[in-house]
Amino acid sequence: MGRHVFLDSVAVADCAMEVVGDDLDDLFATAARAVAEVMVDPATAGRAHERAVELAAPSLDLLLYDWLSELIYLKDSEQLVFPEVEVHVSGKAPCRLAARLRGDVLDRERVALRADPKAVTFHQFALEPHEGGWRARVVIDI
Amino acid sequence: MKTLPIADCVWEIPPSEKPGMRVPARIYASEALLGQMDQGVFEQVTNVACLPGIVRAALCMPDGHWGYGFPIGGVAAFRADTGVISPGGIGFDINCGMRVLRTRLTEAEVRPRLRELVDALFAAVPSGVGAHGFVRLRDDEFREVMRDGSGWCVRHGYGWPEDLAATEGGGCLPGADPEQVSTRAITRGIGQLGTLGSGNHYLEVQVVPPDGVHDAAVARAFGITGPGQVLVMLHCGSRGFGHQVGTDYLRRFDQAMRAHGITVPDRELACAPFRSPEGQAYFGAMTAAANTAFANRQVITHRVREVMGRIFGRDPRELGLEVIYDVCHNTAKLERHVVEGEPLDVVVHRKGATRAFGPGAPDVPAAYREIGQPVIIGGSMETGSALLVGTAHAMTETFGSTAHGAGRTMSRAQAKKRVWGETLIQQLAARGIVVRAASKSGVAEEAGFAYKDLGEVVDVVHRLDVSRRVVSLRPIGNIKG
Repeated sequence: MGRHVFLDSVAVADCAMEVVGDDLDDLFATAARAVAEVMVDPATAGRAHERAVELAAPSLDLLLYDWLSELIYLKDSEQLVFPEVEVHVSGKAPCRLAARLRGDVLDRERVALRADPKAVTFHQFALEPHEGGWRARVVIDI
Repeated sequence: MKTLPIADCVWEIPPSEKPGMRVPARIYASEALLGQMDQGVFEQVTNVACLPGIVRAALCMPDGHWGYGFPIGGVAAFRADTGVISPGGIGFDINCGMRVLRTRLTEAEVRPRLRELVDALFAAVPSGVGAHGFVRLRDDEFREVMRDGSGWCVRHGYGWPEDLAATEGGGCLPGADPEQVSTRAITRGIGQLGTLGSGNHYLEVQVVPPDGVHDAAVARAFGITGPGQVLVMLHCGSRGFGHQVGTDYLRRFDQAMRAHGITVPDRELACAPFRSPEGQAYFGAMTAAANTAFANRQVITHRVREVMGRIFGRDPRELGLEVIYDVCHNTAKLERHVVEGEPLDVVVHRKGATRAFGPGAPDVPAAYREIGQPVIIGGSMETGSALLVGTAHAMTETFGSTAHGAGRTMSRAQAKKRVWGETLIQQLAARGIVVRAASKSGVAEEAGFAYKDLGEVVDVVHRLDVSRRVVSLRPIGNIKG
């Protein structure tokens, strides 16, 4: 089961996180949930809105960059946040991702809003094998 | 890392301190502010010193703190002919900036209706995650906004003609190229004109405190008559549109650098030669985003005028709601500066740094040509903000640049551990500051204790003569994302 921790002492104006997953699917899903947690209190958001996302990238780390960027894009273009995600990642080049997202509209009367992520940065950006699973470090511009 | 004092409030890291440094790194700070800077500042400013085509030095202003790519507070100039342009030297929030409006109202007139005013501004200016504005645009109209910036707003009734002269670059920077902008950027940002965003962005009702006027002559030129006068300040940028332009080109430059044989010490410093097709494409798209940021602040200005006119039952012109100035602090601009005794075209990157052109400099509005360009330094909602004026010395010392804010001393998460947003809102109310926010946790992140002392930052830039203190401002009402 994946987990994430926010890194208080890195890039103080922004939001740095370390994400660990049992495998790539778990890592990508955990990172997506962490991004949703930056935007809203997930407990206050419903799951009625569904979206499917498919992406391809030349490398795994760029696939992770594009994946998290897609979630930030959907936040602005459709005003949606997705605390629940299922992801399947294929690590063979070109790397591919297929995801099903469930979430809610960003309605400040109903959903407890937090920060508005602007973008995924490449600062200290990393994705690497770790203790039989995977680990990523991501800094998000707030 | 060796940080050597070379003058009052000037510290230098020599090129010998890191392999690849082409020029020294220079940090402007008092000893106290230098001590508060995190290690990331020193790493990042020396990384900037490694980029191709950089001239003179990589600079960091006294409000500097750990960012991504450049430090926040970073300034660097690159030769236009052989140097680079880097999205990490501008930030994703392209043309994040400040605007301040004066009024003829006094605190005594506003205070009885302050709660009503703040509630009305909160309702009229959407803020927070995913907020959308009231201006509905077709794709072709949005492209006009990209080209014309604030000019589009004035033509469509969202501003007064004189607002343009009171905006950096007239509210429209040359070189915007909508063809270099992705469809995703348009989709993401087309509905967000007139929105504030979140983080440290705000719309604030402010007052000149009793001891707030430091230079009465320049203050008069800004239309500031004395203590008790009410002003309105806003801090925001290009919203999702600019964020997506930054994302698109960071991703593109990350791959393109190899073709240009460029390596960088931090991947976020991905860059391309300014004169390359990629560099010119980004410059065109970035400038388009900068112009939409001017338009965003212009539409918010329109909303402020509507709301204040309604609340106080007078025409906004009668209320004297005129723009003092609008200035960017996240841009790259093609400027001519004197380098090693010769005029040189350079691409000046300012990331969390304010342009501070002195008297007689190009692009300083006629009303300010003899005194210098107004500079707006935004503080936290607790500590207040400051108006300064650009100087001739800034032109030779910092490529005409100064600080932009107080600068964080602790992370957002650390701030939230120290205070609840709701508690802070109550504490501020007890001090006469009314706050409305889309996110309570966001309020805690912006607590005054999370920032450096604004007075110290202003004192340093004043001592350095890269901008001069004019007026201090104290908040009485704050709208946050």
